[in-house]
Amino acid sequence: MLTSAVVLVPVVGAIIPFMLRRAGHAACANGAAAVTLTALAILLSYAPAVWSGQPVGSRFDWVPQLGLSFSFFIDGLGLFFAALILGMGLLVILYARNYLDDSEPVGRFYAVLLVFQGAMLGITLSDNILVMLVFWELTSLSSFLLIGHWSHRPESRQGARMALIVTGGGGLALIGGMLILGHAAGTYEVTELLQRGAEIRAHPHAPAALALILIGAFTKSAQFPFHFWLPNAMAAPTPVSAYLHSATMVKAGIFLLARLWPVFSPMEMWLTIVPLVGLATMLIAASIALFKRDLKQLLAYSTVSHLGLIVMLLGLGTHAAAVAAMFHILNHALFKAALFMSAGIVDHEADSRNLERIGGLARLMPITAALATIAAASMAGLPLLNGFVSKEMMLEQAFGTTYAGMPWLFGLVATLSACLSVGYSARLVHGTFMGKTRHPETAHPHDPQVGMWLPVAILVVPVVIIGLLPSLASPIVDMTARAVTGGLPKPVQLYLWHGFTMALAASMVALIAGVLLVRFMHRLEALQSTFRRPNATRIFNETLVAIEAGGRAAIDRLDSRSLPRYVAVSIVAVFALGLYAFLGGTHGPGNRAALSPGLPATVGWLVLLAASTVAVLKSHDRLMLIIMTASVGFIVSLAFLQFSAPDLALTQISIEVVTTILMLLALNLMPKMGTDVATSSRKMINGAIAVASGAAVGGLAYAVMSRSYQSISDYHLAQSKPGGGGTNVVNVILVDFRAFDTLGEIMVLGIAGIAIFALLDAALRGRSGQRLEHVQPEKPSGSPHSLITTVGTRLLLPMIITSGVFIFLRGHNEPGGGFIAGVLVGIAYIMQYVASGYNWSQERARFDPHLMIGAGITIAAVSGLPSWLFGYPYLTSTFGYVPIPLIGTVEIASVIVFDIGVFLTVVGIVLISLANLARVEDKRPATSDGVGTPDETPVPQPPRNPAPQETT
Amino acid sequence: MELLLSSAIGILMAVGVYLLLERRMLPVIVGLTFVSYSVNLFLLAMGRLTIDKPPIIRPGITDYTDPLPQALVLTAIVIAFGMTALIVVLGLRAYLETGSDAAEVERTDMVREFGSVGQKDGR
Repeated sequence: MLTSAVVLVPVVGAIIPFMLRRAGHAACANGAAAVTLTALAILLSYAPAVWSGQPVGSRFDWVPQLGLSFSFFIDGLGLFFAALILGMGLLVILYARNYLDDSEPVGRFYAVLLVFQGAMLGITLSDNILVMLVFWELTSLSSFLLIGHWSHRPESRQGARMALIVTGGGGLALIGGMLILGHAAGTYEVTELLQRGAEIRAHPHAPAALALILIGAFTKSAQFPFHFWLPNAMAAPTPVSAYLHSATMVKAGIFLLARLWPVFSPMEMWLTIVPLVGLATMLIAASIALFKRDLKQLLAYSTVSHLGLIVMLLGLGTHAAAVAAMFHILNHALFKAALFMSAGIVDHEADSRNLERIGGLARLMPITAALATIAAASMAGLPLLNGFVSKEMMLEQAFGTTYAGMPWLFGLVATLSACLSVGYSARLVHGTFMGKTRHPETAHPHDPQVGMWLPVAILVVPVVIIGLLPSLASPIVDMTARAVTGGLPKPVQLYLWHGFTMALAASMVALIAGVLLVRFMHRLEALQSTFRRPNATRIFNETLVAIEAGGRAAIDRLDSRSLPRYVAVSIVAVFALGLYAFLGGTHGPGNRAALSPGLPATVGWLVLLAASTVAVLKSHDRLMLIIMTASVGFIVSLAFLQFSAPDLALTQISIEVVTTILMLLALNLMPKMGTDVATSSRKMINGAIAVASGAAVGGLAYAVMSRSYQSISDYHLAQSKPGGGGTNVVNVILVDFRAFDTLGEIMVLGIAGIAIFALLDAALRGRSGQRLEHVQPEKPSGSPHSLITTVGTRLLLPMIITSGVFIFLRGHNEPGGGFIAGVLVGIAYIMQYVASGYNWSQERARFDPHLMIGAGITIAAVSGLPSWLFGYPYLTSTFGYVPIPLIGTVEIASVIVFDIGVFLTVVGIVLISLANLARVEDKRPATSDGVGTPDETPVPQPPRNPAPQETT
Repeated sequence: MELLLSSAIGILMAVGVYLLLERRMLPVIVGLTFVSYSVNLFLLAMGRLTIDKPPIIRPGITDYTDPLPQALVLTAIVIAFGMTALIVVLGLRAYLETGSDAAEVERTDMVREFGSVGQKDGR
């Protein structure tokens, strides 16, 4: 079995609770629990090997060129964290099953929880730092969804957003740091990287890498000054808080510090920054926690404080401190998860978790009170509980540390934090369970069902056992610390009794001082309210608002909301670039012999000039503009004919017809244009830009045409007949040599067609539909459809289709082909719509243009597949000669199938754009099949949605 | 002949750009059409000018014009139609939704035009 299965089982298994969401809450929870158990079983199957000091791993190269491999490995540290993640996950699922209401979207909840679980496992077990970064981001995203589970509550949304911004932003820094790290090490594999510590530390970029990685780790593990997101994330449901915010996600940063400990801990920068940040966080958060009245807020700040403690220990860089850190991770996870769950029970039962509204609950819920008191006592560091043992070890390390020449600093601050820790723990127990019984009147607090307190009990049992017999935890801590440090001088032995040391004295001081703190709590509170202190949440929010306002101001300044201005800027920029290149080079006259201009060409040029002039001068006259455009298009097609391009001439002239019909149809619906409002200075500037770009393009064209060149087309000309089986080289290029390009082009056409349909279909509804009703034709005609035109177009239909087929068939050898035939047949149908009206034509239409576009693209795409069967590249063509009776031997090329695809797509786009315009003109409301109603039933009015009133 | 064609390309581009810079919808669309005429002729000109040598293989003839630019231009013409149809419809829909066919929106205009819609509908 592969180690990657441990990670993949929860990620893939997340689908199970989601699929079971209709089967009820219990089924979802059971599904999630089963997935977690499976992953746990796979993990534990590796435990014996890891236990005996043999890391296991599996590797699958993904993009080896980038150093990206899908590799996982389980060593002592990975096993410890993975077991913690899965074990806690199991308890949290059990707890959530009773905590969450059945009416909530539980399927989604468990699915996201499993994704989160898998992502956490991915961080801890990835052997490739690039893969680890992906999982790192995945934890940020899934925790966003979990914190925002109650998305109807504003504080949930705000808390989720803040957590995402802080941890996601830190994740970005981490990506940078890890990439630098991988570059410096020359490998992205964690196992190899850990062997190259000295090499990495000597690299000039090592400080930058460390700084960025620390930002990532500190944001994730809520270290000062990034600590504020964690208390705000308490808007999450309590199972999430217990899981993410005590045991797992916030430990991801610590995991990272532990993982990279061998690489970075000898660095001076590490020894300076990390312990100080940890120490500051420990003290600041503990002092805030003391004054919090909301149970979860209190626990959140205490978590931040304990995370600071662990960070400090890792920062000290000694083996003994690393051992203490690993031990405290285990202890903290046990008692803090138990406390979060207890707080959730209190909240659930008493309808409040605010110390001002509840109290004396021990009488009403004795089991909960007992469990929570033990866990809180462990948090306070009372002897005979696990928290005591690791806190002693921490104090011992702190007293042994000299920082910046101050041997007393760490010991003093650690003792002070310990006092505060005792203080807030005592306050939590005292405030919630002791004293006079009070709770909101609506609530009837009592101990919950077994399923809810059982997970707490399961956590409290090891709290007591490790507290009494710490040596039982020795092998686990030994295995983990050995993996962190890369080897310990002697095996870890945990003792309850360390003798009469500084640490013990400090513990005693802390206990007494902590009790005194609670005793004089209201005086402290009065004192606290008198002095102003910065509020990190408010600073964060104000920063966000300022960034948003700044962004908006910048957009307002940059965005003129004027298409002409953007076009002008783009054109002038391109012109300036071209001019710069032109002035920087040398120029000489061309050497290619020029052709002499004939009379027809000169006449055509004059017509083009005249039409262009009229278009510019009469640009406000809509009809004139369209007529001039059509005339120019006609001249252009003559130019194609003149310069040996019959295919282009045919295409241009048929497209010209379609475009003109399209414009005329649209014209009917568009507003009349008033006199030009542009100022003369603006006209001058526009004119200057226009003349400059015209001169540049014309000059460039002339420069090219007056020079000889070597074409790559000789191959196409030579191979057209023998290789492609056709004599019309342009067509052979389109359907054979460059068929893949053509396939892409007809796809673009197809997408444009669908977009046109979507835009016009919705135009009949809403505000646009209302306005459509007000559009009046300029001159209402007596009879909408003239008889002569109607009959004429109907007679023409079969003839045009016949010629279309003819042009299509001959296309491979003579001018023609799918594009031209498609436009031609499209015109034949459009003429029916124009002459006989939308209804009459739609009634008789046999083909759905959507279907034609889809079928066309599919046929063209599929026609290239058979060549694979014969071992040739996609879209390779073949041809042969088939004898047909009476007609003779006929050449048949396989590309004709491809060309049919092109043909169908082109017919489809012509029909879809013009027919839908005609439909909008007739104000036919859309029907369910999206084609329009062919019968003559009265037209239902478009829904009159009251448009929101705009105020000026 | 080269001079004639290159000047035509220049004229078409100039007219296209001038119309593109107009403030109403239809001239902008027509301007785009002019620009594509100009670009298509420009592409064709990249194969140099030849007369009466269409790239259709005939026995005994060895001299043909360059077929490659023609293949490019052929699809460009059809794609240009697709694009024109899309922006015509886009512009039409924008007009129907907002009641304005201006290609630029002054901030004060925007308020005025939206406001007038409400009044026209009798609210």
